[in-house]
Amino acid sequence: MREQPPEERIRNFDEVPYGYTPEEAIEEALRCLQCKNPACIQGCPVEIDIPGFVKFIAENKFRDGIVRLKEKNIMPAICGRVCPQEEQCEQVCIVGKKNEPVAIGRLERFLADWERSQGEMDIPRIPAPTGKKIAIVGAGPAGITAAADLARLGHHVEIFEALHEPGGVLVYGIPEFRLPKAIVFKEIDFLKKLGVKLHTDTVIGKIKSIDELLKEYDAVFLGTGAGLPWFMNVPGENLNGVYSANEYLTRANLMKAYLFPKYKTPIIKGRRVATVGGGNVAMDCARTALRLGAEKSILIYRRAREQMPAREEEIHHAEQEGVIFKLLSNPAAFHGSENGWVKEAECIKMKLGEPDESGRRRPVPIEGANFKVQVDVVIIAIGNSPNPLIPSTTPDIESSKWGTVITDPKTGKTSKKGVFAGGDVATGAATVILAMGAGKIAARGIHEYLKTGVW
Amino acid sequence: MVKIVEKEQIAPNVHSCTIEAPDLARKALPGHFVMVIPDKYSERIPITLSDWDTEKGTVTIVFLEIGAATQRLAELKAGDDIYSFTGPLGMPFEIENFGTVGLVGGCYGIGGIYQAAKALKSKGNKVISYSEARSSFLLYWNNKLEEASHEVRYSTVDASLGSRGHSHDLLEENLRSGEHFDRIMAVGCTYMMYKVSLITRPFGVKTIVSMNPVMIDGTGMCGACRLVVGGETRFACVDGPHFDGHQIDWDVVLDRRRAYLEEEIISKERW
Ligand SMILES: Cc1cc2nc3c(=O)[nH]c(=O)nc-3n(C[C@H](O)[C@H](O)[C@H](O)COP(=O)(O)OP(=O)(O)OC[C@H]3O[C@@H](n4cnc5c(N)ncnc54)[C@H](O)[C@@H]3O)c2cc1C
Ligand code: SF4
Ligand code: FES
Repeated sequence: MREQPPEERIRNFDEVPYGYTPEEAIEEALRCLQCKNPACIQGCPVEIDIPGFVKFIAENKFRDGIVRLKEKNIMPAICGRVCPQEEQCEQVCIVGKKNEPVAIGRLERFLADWERSQGEMDIPRIPAPTGKKIAIVGAGPAGITAAADLARLGHHVEIFEALHEPGGVLVYGIPEFRLPKAIVFKEIDFLKKLGVKLHTDTVIGKIKSIDELLKEYDAVFLGTGAGLPWFMNVPGENLNGVYSANEYLTRANLMKAYLFPKYKTPIIKGRRVATVGGGNVAMDCARTALRLGAEKSILIYRRAREQMPAREEEIHHAEQEGVIFKLLSNPAAFHGSENGWVKEAECIKMKLGEPDESGRRRPVPIEGANFKVQVDVVIIAIGNSPNPLIPSTTPDIESSKWGTVITDPKTGKTSKKGVFAGGDVATGAATVILAMGAGKIAARGIHEYLKTGVW
Repeated sequence: MVKIVEKEQIAPNVHSCTIEAPDLARKALPGHFVMVIPDKYSERIPITLSDWDTEKGTVTIVFLEIGAATQRLAELKAGDDIYSFTGPLGMPFEIENFGTVGLVGGCYGIGGIYQAAKALKSKGNKVISYSEARSSFLLYWNNKLEEASHEVRYSTVDASLGSRGHSHDLLEENLRSGEHFDRIMAVGCTYMMYKVSLITRPFGVKTIVSMNPVMIDGTGMCGACRLVVGGETRFACVDGPHFDGHQIDWDVVLDRRRAYLEEEIISKERW
């Protein structure tokens, strides 16, 4: 797919890949073998009829294609951009055995973008109201998917979102150059057209407890994500200029600090920005720093490149754009200037030892091999866990020792009657599509519960 | 989006703003705060809830016009909408029968201690409030505070009302002269709370301060509001904002407060 050249794109917040033209899409779609037992569908967490929609593209029937796609995935414009297809559908695609697999993600994005370019989106028919009311907590991918599925079954659905914009990580975390926010808002418009009511600025656990919701609604779904940032607990982490990834990205994306001073939220731009971590979040921070004008964007990761949890495409884009990778390195301390600003990251050099529980080789420090990196901004992107606000105010919702809400994976049921959960709040930080899959499962679970009354 | 029903400049540069928010009025407790975005382009800023009326379904905030966001908020009038208004947030004050409680309010904090005074009084405490400003014309809510407390002690820098100097000077004098307090609670600018904590420490009076670090979300999601209390990193927006002033690492707080001064100036100039 054609892309904005790296030297140009690091100076703007526009999307990097341009997307297919209709001709390119048809050509790509024709590469699909239309397998009898399509492996790709099994590789897809929401079981999209991949050969089905790809065939429609090949036949130039884009309208039929998008309808087929949306039967299983209401947010194809988003998934086509941020799903790790290389680990899912495309990884198992038969064509991929010898050649490049069919570019399923790009085709998905193509159809969704084509539909948007056609103006109004089709609204599916909604059955007669069931009279049941459901409260969804959190307007991220899990909550949005659960809400859409339940609304399409005729239930009355209301979403409660803590922030002033819906979308969850799609809006506050993933940057504009990877996922334009206009796309997310369009998908949310679609949700409103399904009759779903959205309350922003509403923190459940504060303005209303889960028990209060249960008095007004027949069921509650928790899709509150994994928003609590981890810090490293090393000296100097509270110096000025040290951000959590969430803070850095929220300032830049949700609060639009990249449009400062039109938008008033400031962000410390930094000439030498170090990001600690190796996941998608870290790549997003390192690439955002470049676009905000950093002369050097340095990524510090404690394992090797092969072990980075980020998507290959993101690592590749970061490399192309000139992010400097300091691998097998881990900060041991941050040092500051007299007035409390970070100026130096002291790092330990690591080597790979025996595999740990995750199966990846554990990084072990090399004695006496410390080195220093001059920095003026540091971003800690080493992970997140669920926000304890709701569990701490609702003791009968059981959580694991990692703070995730315990659910039945087949129904989304929690330990509390009438309360379901899914997405990052149940799994810990994962992916958009897994959150959507969990939203779907919970919607089915809720529908079943409301029909039968059996818990 | 919420509607402003009343807006008043209660002292030079200090505004009170009453908002229609019935659910919030029902849930509000002394010490809660809200996150406010005045208009689409503004920052999200934390503001203490100063007052509320469950019957009318309104809440009142008091704010000092300092940065770009509070300036914008100050420009809004009754009938206007506030773009985003979220709360109640944070943990409320601990309100028990402690005995004698000294409440120290400065700048926006004079409003901030009003409901605490009421609640503490009705729990049977003897409530002594300290209110301060540079000069008497900068004080506000004197009648309200006098009604809510057993006694209000004023300090002004120019001695136009009450004792000369600051509340923390007066409090120190009172403590030195042997007056007994079971608890001190302070709301206002960081420096005042820092001073109050320093002063009460040698007297061993438990001191709760209402921290106001930079906040982005106010729900525990960003860590911008982190501070070190008793050697541990805590998030002011969810674990606080009220902490034991003798446990706070004030060096971290005072450094972090300075972080955005430069940007604040640019943003104001371009407005
Ligand atoms: C920077 C970044 C980049 C990422 N990149 C990718 C990627 O490329 N591909 C991919 O597949 N995944 C990616 N992910 C992960 C993916 O975004 C998440 O797995 C997914 O968004 C989880 O969805 P969710 O609905 O469970 O939660 P979230 O998206 O976190 O949404 C939860 C929502 O609930 C709200 N909420 C929380 N508590 C309350 C409360 N008490 N009351 C009301 N509302 C509440 C929150 O404000 C939030 O809006 C990325 C994550 C980040 C942070
Ligand atoms: S596995 Fe590949 S070739 Fe087979 S149907 Fe799926 S996309 Fe087409
Ligand atoms: S303001 Fe974001 S965690 Fe407290």
